[in-house]
Amino acid sequence: MNRVLESLLRILALTRKELLAVLKDRRSRLSLLIPPVVQALIFGYAATYDLNHVTYAALDRDHTAASRQLLAGLDGSGVFERVADVQRASDIKSLIDARRVLLVVQIDPEFERHLLSGGSADVQVIADGRNSNTAGTALGYITGIVQQFNAVWSGDHGAPLQPPVQIVTRAWYNPNLETRWFMIPGMIGTLTLIQTMMLTAMSVAREREQGTFDQLLVTPFRPFEIMAGKALPSMVVGTIQAGGVLLVAQLWFRIPFIGSYATLFAGLLLFLLAAVGIGLLISAVAATMQQAMLYSMLLIMPFSLLSGLTTPISSMPTTVQYMTMINPLRYAIDITRRVYLEGTSLDLLIPDLWPLALIAALTLTAASWMFSHRMQ
Amino acid sequence: MTPSRKFRRIRALVWKETRQIVRDPSSIAIGAVLPLILILLFGYGLSLDVKNVPVAVVIEYPAADALELAGGFQLSPYFKPVMLRSMPPAQQLLLEHRVDGIVRIPADFPRRVAAGNADVQLIVHGGDANRARIIEGYVQGVVAVWSARLAAQGQPAALPAVGVQARLWFNEADDSRYFLVPGLIVLVMTLIGGLLTAMVMAREWERGTLESLFVTPVRSDEILLGKTIPYFALSLFGFVLCVLSAKFLFQVPLRGSMWVLLGASMLYVLIALGIGLLISSWVRNQLVASQLTMLITFMPAFMLSGFLFDLRSMPIAVRLITYVLPARYYVALLQSVFLAGDVWSVILPNTLVLALVAAALALGSRAVMHKTLA
Repeated sequence: MNRVLESLLRILALTRKELLAVLKDRRSRLSLLIPPVVQALIFGYAATYDLNHVTYAALDRDHTAASRQLLAGLDGSGVFERVADVQRASDIKSLIDARRVLLVVQIDPEFERHLLSGGSADVQVIADGRNSNTAGTALGYITGIVQQFNAVWSGDHGAPLQPPVQIVTRAWYNPNLETRWFMIPGMIGTLTLIQTMMLTAMSVAREREQGTFDQLLVTPFRPFEIMAGKALPSMVVGTIQAGGVLLVAQLWFRIPFIGSYATLFAGLLLFLLAAVGIGLLISAVAATMQQAMLYSMLLIMPFSLLSGLTTPISSMPTTVQYMTMINPLRYAIDITRRVYLEGTSLDLLIPDLWPLALIAALTLTAASWMFSHRMQ
Repeated sequence: MTPSRKFRRIRALVWKETRQIVRDPSSIAIGAVLPLILILLFGYGLSLDVKNVPVAVVIEYPAADALELAGGFQLSPYFKPVMLRSMPPAQQLLLEHRVDGIVRIPADFPRRVAAGNADVQLIVHGGDANRARIIEGYVQGVVAVWSARLAAQGQPAALPAVGVQARLWFNEADDSRYFLVPGLIVLVMTLIGGLLTAMVMAREWERGTLESLFVTPVRSDEILLGKTIPYFALSLFGFVLCVLSAKFLFQVPLRGSMWVLLGASMLYVLIALGIGLLISSWVRNQLVASQLTMLITFMPAFMLSGFLFDLRSMPIAVRLITYVLPARYYVALLQSVFLAGDVWSVILPNTLVLALVAAALALGSRAVMHKTLA
């Protein structure tokens, strides 16, 4: 019992020393706290698939009340801005090529006559597919506006029948389907991963390069205690960073938090443990700071891009999907999103929690084995 | 001070640096292996195309109409439906996120189809709003196909008055890889170029080997050139690997000319190297230099360059930041050169900006080196 207590005290002393080393200097204190918050603010605005400003050109070859009504529906939507009225189809190419417009809406002659005679008419929309996702979203908006036009038109002109089947859509957890609600909670894990992992990987590598690691070894610390003393400070920093991003999401972007803070931070702590474990493993493998940095980068890039933050994991090929299973960020993002938006309880999160625990256990065991092995 | 002497000094430096690169596997790893791994991993991994969406289809009363509509979901390549008879198990599946949506065909569906005003209820998991909207569109498609068949069978069904006929230029098949892969090349080059010089120069500062260069007759701009040329060649090698895999592995069409692509990319590689040089002579510490490179080049290039997210929809304050990023101009260039061809109205202004930034960075790094020499 006494030995456990002593060990615990030693770990705490080491943790305190490490935290002091990181936080005593004002610049390094700021460099750990400011970037996640600033990034959350800027990327929170930038990282959205929703469009609120789409430039388009109209090629109205009908020039009737009906065609004008349809275009007015676009102009009045608040999303579409008409930057040009073209007269000939040959003008379309230069507008789209130069990226002046994302879409060209073309209304053929006889548009109104077809509608009045009870038939149907087509609007042609040409979209710049250089970013096909943006183009697809804009096309979806246009379809919605055209549907509204159809409803109004049938109402005004006593249309014979409604379409036989209507789809009534409801979106759970994000009623207005705003991507921001999806992105920003996902950033809680992403923005903390980079510095937590690097901080851990570097701190041991630096001690080793400067020779202070050998000094640590001659103290009564056991390898396990040194590791815990290195892991805890990084986790504290990571938790604070995650808290900062969470505050930005709630106070600045006003995204309603449905879940429980205890569940969220329980999941995040497990994630941070896994991230720190990977960091420690890197520092056990790397001989120099440069190598530690290189390995961290090599892992952080795929971790953050293949995490489901910006592109869904279910759209990846099966082999890549299997590869993402060793990515702790993948689970963290799922946890933060679900707790944040859906209020998911801990028991439903078990499929995310046990892989994190497994990653943490494996990396920490491997790292401690390598540390103690090097010492003998 | 004849030019030939200057040239010989630079050549000697380039030679020394090249041998250092060849001997140090970490530079080769960053310059050649890393780009290849990244482009392969992300080229295969990143996709915004939605297929095989797991949905629960709830048929509350198994009449012919309802079963036929449900069959439409089974036939669609976009859906992987789970057929259920009531809502509670479907809701449980959605709660556990095992399905992305529920299509509910209510019990009174057949009767109301006959009356001409039936409802199909769709509940989507709105978490991923982008995906939710795509799924909604697919559901509409399945229902529209079914309605058209109904109309063909002589059932009373009105076609919508105005239909939308959409054409996607430059990417007719609507394959998200077409725009993601050129964007990825930007990301990879940004990181590689920045890291190479940032880490190498910072290491020289840390070890003090740069000071020992200063006591030799070499001048600061010669040191800069001697450093830049080998790393420039190494990054270009990485770039060529990226383009080759884009074209031959991912089948992204290269519709513009190779020369425009190469010219613009050489400018951008210079910029990325220059930013790395500036960062490292500013902080002179490998740890901080690499973190800064990550924070001020890679993350903004990922989020703010137009590679993924539409620039025009960002608020004005964020949009102003994007104008400062060289990556923004390079993304516009690459997406056009790959998918649209040689569109000079895009190529000229963007290349001009890149050239100006490259020149400014060259002058800037020279000034920084000068100051430290004095």
